[in-house]
Amino acid sequence: MPRLFIPPLLKPYCKGAAEAVVEGTTVREAVESLDEMYPGVKERLCPEGTLRAGLAVTVDQNVTPRGLSEKVTPESEIHFLPAIGGG
Amino acid sequence: MAKKRIVTATVNGREEEFLCQPRQTLLEVLRNTLGLTGAKEGCSNGNCGACSVVIDGKAVNTCMVLAVEAEGANIETIEGLAPVDGLDPLQEAFLENAALQCGICTPGFIMSAKAFLDENPNPTEEEIRFSMAGNLCRCTGYDKIVRAIQQAAETRCAQSASCEKETV
Amino acid sequence: MATIDETRTAEGSEETPKYKVIGTRPIRHDGSDKVTGRALYGADIKVKGMIFGAVLRSPHAHANIKSIDTSKAEAFPGVRAVVTSADLPEPGDKIAELGEGAVVLNHLSSNNLARTKVLYKGHAVAAVAADNLHIAQEAASLIEVEYEVLPPVMNVLKAMEDDAPVLNPDVRTEEASTGETGDKPSNIAKHIVFEKGDLEKGFADAKYVVEREFRTSTVHQGYIEPHVATVLWNNDGQITVWTPTQGTFSVRSQMAELLHVPLARVKVVPAEIGGGFGGKISVYLAPAAAVLSRKAGVPVQIVMDRADVLQATGPTPGSFIRIKMGVDADGRLTAAEAWMAYEAGGYPGSPIGAGAMCVFSCYDIPNGRVEGYDVCVNKPRTNAYRAPGATNAAFATETVVDELCEQMGMSPLEFRLLNASKEGTRRIDGVTYPRIGLVETLEAIKNSEHYNTPLTGENQGRGIGSGFWFNAGLKSAVTATVNSDGSVGLLEGSTDIGGSRTAIAMQFAEAIGLAAEDIKPAVVDTDSVGYTDVTGGSRVTYATGWAAYEAAQDLKRQIVSRAAELWEVDPDLVSYEDGSVIGPDKSMTFKEIAIELSLGGEPLVGRGVSNHNEPGGAFGTHLVDVEVDPDTGKVDILRYTAAQDCGTAIHPAYVEGQIQGGAVQGIGWGLNEEYWYDEAGSMRNANFLDYRIPTCYDLPMIDPIIVEVPNPGHPYGVRGVGEVPIVPPPAALEAAIYDAVGVRMYELPMSPPRVLHELLKKES
Ligand code: FES
Ligand code: FES
Repeated sequence: MPRLFIPPLLKPYCKGAAEAVVEGTTVREAVESLDEMYPGVKERLCPEGTLRAGLAVTVDQNVTPRGLSEKVTPESEIHFLPAIGGG
Repeated sequence: MAKKRIVTATVNGREEEFLCQPRQTLLEVLRNTLGLTGAKEGCSNGNCGACSVVIDGKAVNTCMVLAVEAEGANIETIEGLAPVDGLDPLQEAFLENAALQCGICTPGFIMSAKAFLDENPNPTEEEIRFSMAGNLCRCTGYDKIVRAIQQAAETRCAQSASCEKETV
Repeated sequence: MATIDETRTAEGSEETPKYKVIGTRPIRHDGSDKVTGRALYGADIKVKGMIFGAVLRSPHAHANIKSIDTSKAEAFPGVRAVVTSADLPEPGDKIAELGEGAVVLNHLSSNNLARTKVLYKGHAVAAVAADNLHIAQEAASLIEVEYEVLPPVMNVLKAMEDDAPVLNPDVRTEEASTGETGDKPSNIAKHIVFEKGDLEKGFADAKYVVEREFRTSTVHQGYIEPHVATVLWNNDGQITVWTPTQGTFSVRSQMAELLHVPLARVKVVPAEIGGGFGGKISVYLAPAAAVLSRKAGVPVQIVMDRADVLQATGPTPGSFIRIKMGVDADGRLTAAEAWMAYEAGGYPGSPIGAGAMCVFSCYDIPNGRVEGYDVCVNKPRTNAYRAPGATNAAFATETVVDELCEQMGMSPLEFRLLNASKEGTRRIDGVTYPRIGLVETLEAIKNSEHYNTPLTGENQGRGIGSGFWFNAGLKSAVTATVNSDGSVGLLEGSTDIGGSRTAIAMQFAEAIGLAAEDIKPAVVDTDSVGYTDVTGGSRVTYATGWAAYEAAQDLKRQIVSRAAELWEVDPDLVSYEDGSVIGPDKSMTFKEIAIELSLGGEPLVGRGVSNHNEPGGAFGTHLVDVEVDPDTGKVDILRYTAAQDCGTAIHPAYVEGQIQGGAVQGIGWGLNEEYWYDEAGSMRNANFLDYRIPTCYDLPMIDPIIVEVPNPGHPYGVRGVGEVPIVPPPAALEAAIYDAVGVRMYELPMSPPRVLHELLKKES
């Protein structure tokens, strides 16, 4: 099952957990699964169903342009990181 | 507003007459009146060399020259450098050595280098670096520009027998 | 000095496929135009009937605008239009995705023409268009602005204090990833935290711990071409923008959002661009030029001068960084902690997120914590500058690493080999690396002639530093049109700052089996090619190159099916290999089949798009020898070698050029460049004489070592190259200065007065 890494500032909303084993085949489903464990988290990460402005999704080793729609496998790791711009 | 003046100068081998205001720089006239936009404006105060052309054999920052001062001058700009059917050895060398990235500094560098090599056909790396220090390039780190000028010096020497080898 | 060819080492060559075009050094397609002065850059564009604009800028660093009276300027002979922020639509509180990140429109709009406040000296307040520039400038000076001057906040730590004057009443501290905001306006716009492992335990396990504080100055991208925009707002409502930009589509979206017009009504035509380095993404002049044009009914061109460029565009943040790192008795890192505050300038948006991700990115550290703040100060709104955020961070981390090595008596290079990030290493922010090439760059330095030549002179020293930067993916589109003689036109939307046309054409040529010279790449306007994100994030050769590769695949598929039709054979029996289409009993080269197909049937047009994951990023390690003048504190660079993992070098000469150019920008940042402000928040060195970027006389040759660890996620193994090389230089220079004269430098730039100050302190 995918591992979702909880950003440190979000931990207070997740009873202090640093990560969670979630269910789902997409990042969106993984977030929904996290929200079932810790109600309200989804609204923090994806207000109104879209990824919060300034955040990017990393699945396994790469930042994905598909955001919440990115597919995840049972072995996947999911991270939420600041979106960055290059020069 | 001060009266406009007529200035006559040789530009790339042709005699040109142009009308200018006393406050206009030669760079402004070259670019806007004569349509020679090869000389670029990078700083307008003599610190970047992007506006370099050759006047009476010397590399000059045209942003620091008033157009009226050009009366009677012999002006060579990047537009007049290449022969009709090819490129000047400096232009060739810049291309072959990848000595430009964005290319905005390139016309200024090439014209400064031309005046410099005309005076010192067989320079050392140190001499090149010293003489080109008035031309700024933010992209290349200068390495390839210096190599291109070295290569152009060699080509020019090979083409003209007049190049004296320095005895160390 | 290594010759150019000797510097190219093909590491991991057993996996490297042999290419015909990739790895060669063709003359760039736009080269001739650029060495003859024919290429048209921003200010070279002349549009029929155009007039000229000038911008009135704030003389104050921080002030409320009480009133603006433009009547005298409007009455001035030769003036055709005057605009202020009142001429731009109300931006509301919308946040728009503009290609490279989210932008608060109110901030972008106010940065173009100040609304209620000016937030830095040079902030645009009004603009005038007139028959010529001189009239426009004179008229601009007649605009009367009444200011209520406020105390400026020029330092990041001061700006964070509770009682600091607040720049933006709409900015509250946002906790990244939760979106929680503070209960009152603040200069702290964002707070970021990363954590890994158990920090306390990590430091308890350490035998050596070093903790230091660092300050870095504001520096500018310093492109030689100032910003320019020429805009026509046509009678039918169509807007055309001619401008040098890193992203035509980004300019289009910014214009559409700021002017409240549909995207299809804005066309952006790219001029050749004279450098950008991240600073030519945001719009500064085009919105004002557009509304001036609408009022005047003719095209308007506005060109900045150098002082405007330095005072109102760019720069990259000054910063305060505290780093603490611990190693055990074997020299392994056990813990690391960073506290980082980056200056955003007048409006939020410093690269603190990237800085926080990069700060420990070169090391495998089991326990760590990084805390970052984005802080508004009364300086120009910062923008990306080559690996934004990473150089400041690397300077701090690498200096602490150098001190740890000194305490342990361990060679800095061996320390890095022992602790370097590799495939599978988990960064503090949680992400693990795919196949990366940091270790290979360290080994390349270790094996270099430079490293193995001892330094002997007095006051000479050697330093090493490593650095990391990401590699953006984002969207690119390419169209390949096949001509009836078998040559190909390649239309692309990535503006070309440093030879990327050729690097893209080479990947297309490789894929289709032609020579680079058979391809004619063209950077076209936003109406003529599919959506393409900015030239930035080291992405163009990687992502637009990939789109070109896809366009070639698309053409090959079409050629195979059309050849099968032509030859009346089953398409399964036809294949495309090595530049030829091959059937059961016939084969034709690309040229032959292109000519044949041009005689009948539809035209051959290939389409390629890409929007791929961001791959693992790239690393560089630099080695520098310096000599410090003990009487003046001036640092001379004696020798410089830069090794970088480039994945696959498509055009090695331009890859070397990126490494050399980036290293020299890093050297300027490390040794000289800084914004000097006076008490009133006025920049005192807004020209190229006093804001001193390196000249060729300040430098030796920069020896690049291209290390090739192919990126497994790209058809040709490309990694982003452009940004990494600016990251290591300040750190490597700091270590070299210490090695030379025994003083530590915790503040950038390490300019002669600062070095001398430390030398004198040490003596007394
Ligand atoms: S524009 Fe003349 S020296 Fe810079
Ligand atoms: S090539 Fe861009 S400034 Fe020299």
